[in-house]
Amino acid sequence: MKNSIIEVKKLTKKFGDFTAVNNISFSVTKGEIFGFLGPNGAGKTTSIKMLTTLLHPTSGTILLDGHDTVTAKNSVRESFGIVFQDQSLDDELTAAENMEFHGVLYKVPSALRKQRTEELLKIVELWDRRNDLVKQFSGGMKRRLEIARGLLHHPKILFLDEPTVGLDPQTRNHIWNYILNLNKKEKVTVFFTTHYMEEADRVASKVTIVDHGKIIAQGTPAELKKKSKTKTLEDAFIKLTGKSLRDEDASDIESLRNQKKMWRR
Amino acid sequence: MGPIYIMWLRQLKRYSRSRARMIGSLGQPLIFLLAFGFGFGHIYEKAGNGDYLQFLAPGVISMAVLFTAVFSGIELIWDRQFGFLKETLVAPVSRLNIMIGRTLGGATVAMLQGTIVLIISLLFGFRPDFQSILISLLFMFLIALLFTALGTALASQLNDMQSFPLIMNFLVMPLFFFSGAIFPLKGVTPILTIVASCNPLAYGVDGLRASFGGDSFYGMGMDFLVLGLFSAFFVALGSYLFSKIEI
Ligand SMILES: Nc1ncnc2c1ncn2[C@@H]1O[C@H](COP(=O)(O)OP(=O)(O)OP(=O)(O)O)[C@@H](O)[C@H]1O
Ligand SMILES: [Mg+2]
Repeated sequence: MKNSIIEVKKLTKKFGDFTAVNNISFSVTKGEIFGFLGPNGAGKTTSIKMLTTLLHPTSGTILLDGHDTVTAKNSVRESFGIVFQDQSLDDELTAAENMEFHGVLYKVPSALRKQRTEELLKIVELWDRRNDLVKQFSGGMKRRLEIARGLLHHPKILFLDEPTVGLDPQTRNHIWNYILNLNKKEKVTVFFTTHYMEEADRVASKVTIVDHGKIIAQGTPAELKKKSKTKTLEDAFIKLTGKSLRDEDASDIESLRNQKKMWRR
Repeated sequence: MGPIYIMWLRQLKRYSRSRARMIGSLGQPLIFLLAFGFGFGHIYEKAGNGDYLQFLAPGVISMAVLFTAVFSGIELIWDRQFGFLKETLVAPVSRLNIMIGRTLGGATVAMLQGTIVLIISLLFGFRPDFQSILISLLFMFLIALLFTALGTALASQLNDMQSFPLIMNFLVMPLFFFSGAIFPLKGVTPILTIVASCNPLAYGVDGLRASFGGDSFYGMGMDFLVLGLFSAFFVALGSYLFSKIEI
């Protein structure tokens, strides 16, 4: 497809005998807000790691903005930004220093860096805490900083792996508004995962549901609701993926996050 | 230049904020200066070798540089565990530059630590020849660079800190003890000379000692050549392994 900015063909990832991502193909159109949904352990994060050059696919190809993620890693890395599912801050640096570090790595000009750092840290309400070490932050504050950092440079594609987990509704709202605005103004393509179905319903222009490493449904939220004859995306999701719990499948990342949540209490 | 500088700066900030680490890593050199310097000093002098402290101090300075450098490299494992590594790995900066920045940062920290130990040994009575201090700094830098790169290369292959004691006891300690840092290589059994000649740190210690006005075993030119080649090799190896990291 001509207008697609992400092109995934027959992507597979195996960890030993276990197939985490099983021969999936899909494409994302430029400017789309693409929701990549699925139960715990479905293979979302593994897919994002392959899309963002952190993992080698076992087989299949990925084109990001026309560049192959295996053979043209550097060009691919020029084209995206990412908010990871699990922690990725330097605890020994301050919030401002983490932003600064990111801005320099992503070659954001100094003046713009300062302007956006202030703007973003205000949105996530960390401006007053900018000179505090990150290790003194709560889990939610760290998450907010990670999102602000991910938005500091304006990439062509923005990957968000469960960006809003553990955040209060106000912050979630502010952050999504900022992202939607970015999408509208700068045509940034957004590829996100979430377990909050009402969030996906609200923001996604297209949704793909994966389960056990395979794609089981694709379409706009409205189409999926219509197809499964349900009122909400949540009901559609449950209908499509079944009612069984995925605890046994929960990735280590997930269990880590649960631990983190416990700490936060 | 930007990314290399910011990686370098980060290593320095982390170091300067961790007083415990700074002071903690001075413990070992202090013990060596005290226990060996004053414990063995008179035996060494009776054997007609001159003042032991003058001989020992460059060895202990090298040790401080070695330990700090390996540790700076190994810190990569923490970055992996605490997730920060991902942030640098997906950045649109060649991994070579990331590696260079981090290695230079680690090496700078190791040199600072070496300089602190130099000052401490001056307090203990070490009286070096400061005429060629620039050459001394160069040797310290090469030792620092080599072992930061070695630490990074090792860390790139490890997922957690479980193998850290292994590395300390079976790599770093032997490197130190078989380098001629605490005893002269002249006149020891041939097997020890052979072992030392395969040990890059031996050339570092020897070169540093010579630059401070002590006796050289290999000759300063040879020290520089071998140490330089080893450093280049490990920086290249570290960069290669770092570029292959998956998460
Ligand atoms: N490094 C790894 N080694 C072995 N198995 C792995 C590895 N990483 C992920 N897996 C497995 O692959 C499967 C998919 O994991 P992944 O993290 O992609 O799930 P996910 O869809 O992101 O789930 P969640 O919603 O919990 O984040 C899980 O069963 C997980 O245990
Ligand atoms: Mg995940």
